[in-house]
Amino acid sequence: MADISLSAASQNVESIQASYMAQVQRRRLYGGLTLLIFIVLMVSGFNIADARNAGGFWDGIGRVFDYPADVLSEAWEKRADLPGLMAKYFPALVETINIAAVSTLIGAIGGLLLSFLGTRGLAKWPRLIPLFRRISDIMRAVPEIVIALMLIFVMGGGPVPAMIAIAIHTAGALGKMFSEVAENADLKPVEGLASTGATWSQRMLLGVLPQVLPNYVSYTLLRFEINIRASAILGFVGAGGIGYELRNAMAWGPGRFDEAGAIFILLFATIVFFDQVSSRYRNRLTEGQGQ
Amino acid sequence: MNTADLSFAKLDADKLFRRKRLIGFGIPTVIAVYLVYIFFVFDIPGLAQRANFDNAVTLASDSWSHKVHVTRDNRSGEIIYAVEGERKGRYPDGERPDWVSGDEVITIDLGEGHVVRYLPDNRTEIQVPDFPLIKVQAEGRAVTSNLPDDLPSWISASSRRIGITTPEGRITLTGARTEVFNYFPGWELFWFTLDSPYFGHSLPKILFGEQLDPTRSNVAGAVSDWWNNAMWRHKDVAWAIGETILMAFLGTMGAAMIALPLAFMAAKRFSPFMILRAATRRLFDFVRGVDALIWTVVLARAFGPGPLTGTLAILITDTGTFGKIFSEALENVDSKQIEGIASTGAKPLQRYRFGVIPQVVPVLLAQILYFLESNTRSATIIGAITGGGIGLMLTQAIQTQKDWEEVAYYIVLIVVMVMFMDWFSGWLRGKLIGRKD
Repeated sequence: MADISLSAASQNVESIQASYMAQVQRRRLYGGLTLLIFIVLMVSGFNIADARNAGGFWDGIGRVFDYPADVLSEAWEKRADLPGLMAKYFPALVETINIAAVSTLIGAIGGLLLSFLGTRGLAKWPRLIPLFRRISDIMRAVPEIVIALMLIFVMGGGPVPAMIAIAIHTAGALGKMFSEVAENADLKPVEGLASTGATWSQRMLLGVLPQVLPNYVSYTLLRFEINIRASAILGFVGAGGIGYELRNAMAWGPGRFDEAGAIFILLFATIVFFDQVSSRYRNRLTEGQGQ
Repeated sequence: MNTADLSFAKLDADKLFRRKRLIGFGIPTVIAVYLVYIFFVFDIPGLAQRANFDNAVTLASDSWSHKVHVTRDNRSGEIIYAVEGERKGRYPDGERPDWVSGDEVITIDLGEGHVVRYLPDNRTEIQVPDFPLIKVQAEGRAVTSNLPDDLPSWISASSRRIGITTPEGRITLTGARTEVFNYFPGWELFWFTLDSPYFGHSLPKILFGEQLDPTRSNVAGAVSDWWNNAMWRHKDVAWAIGETILMAFLGTMGAAMIALPLAFMAAKRFSPFMILRAATRRLFDFVRGVDALIWTVVLARAFGPGPLTGTLAILITDTGTFGKIFSEALENVDSKQIEGIASTGAKPLQRYRFGVIPQVVPVLLAQILYFLESNTRSATIIGAITGGGIGLMLTQAIQTQKDWEEVAYYIVLIVVMVMFMDWFSGWLRGKLIGRKD
């Protein structure tokens, strides 16, 4: 009796072990296949990109630092002029930062509305939630450059097209992130306010906003960092600010590299500065959360 | 609680309220002041003058409609019919739109009683309802007409050029040429150009009807003619979108592969040397701070325009971002799992593989997939700067300032592409991590 059950148990163990090994093997096979497909995709993708590029990877790799070296050495030779040049381009830098700041501000207000209107439990018109979600998806999907170029055609160059373009994208992006936060908001204060006869905007402003504000501000600061980069890039396609000056300075070519160098340094310093400041404040805002 | 305490608490509460009120009014005031400052710095009052609303109208109407040009060369007398006035959109010899008739006198019926007649000897008659018949004669470089002196706003006339804009179409007359533009809704020649045998045939007729081109089967011929459509360039557009997605994919994955080992070096828990840690972190900060724009500019000098440059620009910038995110994730791993693995006698590499990687993979994958989507958008923008992918096609189409229907087409494609990548990365994240949001 005991023998039988023991042998049955050992058989059982063997079969469990066999099926476990089979499972492990299958997992390894799938993992290996996924890795293989991934490697094939990467290698062939790289080859396609290399073939369709004007200059090849292996020719160019040695020359990557030629241009920065030229710019920096020329800037270093004329280092006495650098402070003057930086002062000259400082207004353009301020314009770039202003574009980013205003568009973040407008975008955050838009994202706030979109998030309240598109979150279950908070929406003023619950039936329109999908509509507002789609609106924020589409606003997020349109790259800034598309709107900026169209607006430049209509309004002419300058900061306003870039501002509108970045604001639209920011509203969509923040709308999604905000609504993820708002979904977790406690609804009891809202109910309490509703029982006192508060209007929808009062419920949002006094019931929901205080709960979500630290996260909202943190996301907005992160977006501000991103938008400084975006506004510099849009300047490069004609929307004013430091990017526009950079394109002009680069078009002059050798001999005027010191101007490009000064702009590089300004842009680098600005991005690093705002990165550090905003990450400090973001850490402080979200401290003690998520525990 | 005695009265002194109570009054003290009251005072405290009053102070608190005062501070709250100050903040409550202060922040909106600061924002309002800033917006007023921006209003003047960005010269918004002057914007109305600088803005060109004719451009806006052209953009809005051309993006969903097309025009057919009927052009008479006043020197040779030759008449050309072409969609959008493009060489590729020309009607073949002997063919013309059905709203044009006559041989000696060419009658162009724009509809609603608007008729233009090309008469011999470079004379033109334009018939507009509720307006006397306009007669124009082109001679050498000048045009003479019977137009009165006080013209309505839809006619502009000088001795060199007369322009007439009607709701049905536009007519311009100069000494060298007489042109009529007739507008139609829709994107012209989207499927087939005029020289294709399949032009003007419906889908069922191509699929099930008789063979239109004796050398090719209908479906193969139609697909190839559509794919090689010279006006809409479907083949080039597909390649451009492929290039843009390729840039995003290669850049993101390459950055993740480079950043992962570096992140171990930057994480306090795994990197014993302070100097190494600090150096890696400064490297991350540096490549992030230099920004995609500068990297693009620098790399375009070395590699020339194309998708590789965009790929590398994304790769380098995101190496910094990923490095920072990954090293933060690595510092937050739970040490109990690693201890557990170590207790079985695992070597350091095995400890990382089985103790650390399973903990951080969900975080890393979520970030990588999120960046894949956001880099598709960046790749569009970088492509516009370096010259690669759909971004380049879009900027080129906008710069020519006439093919607004192509611009609209590209924009639709870009938005669909980004939304697809958004959906795809969300789907993949759900599959790999098992959490959907």
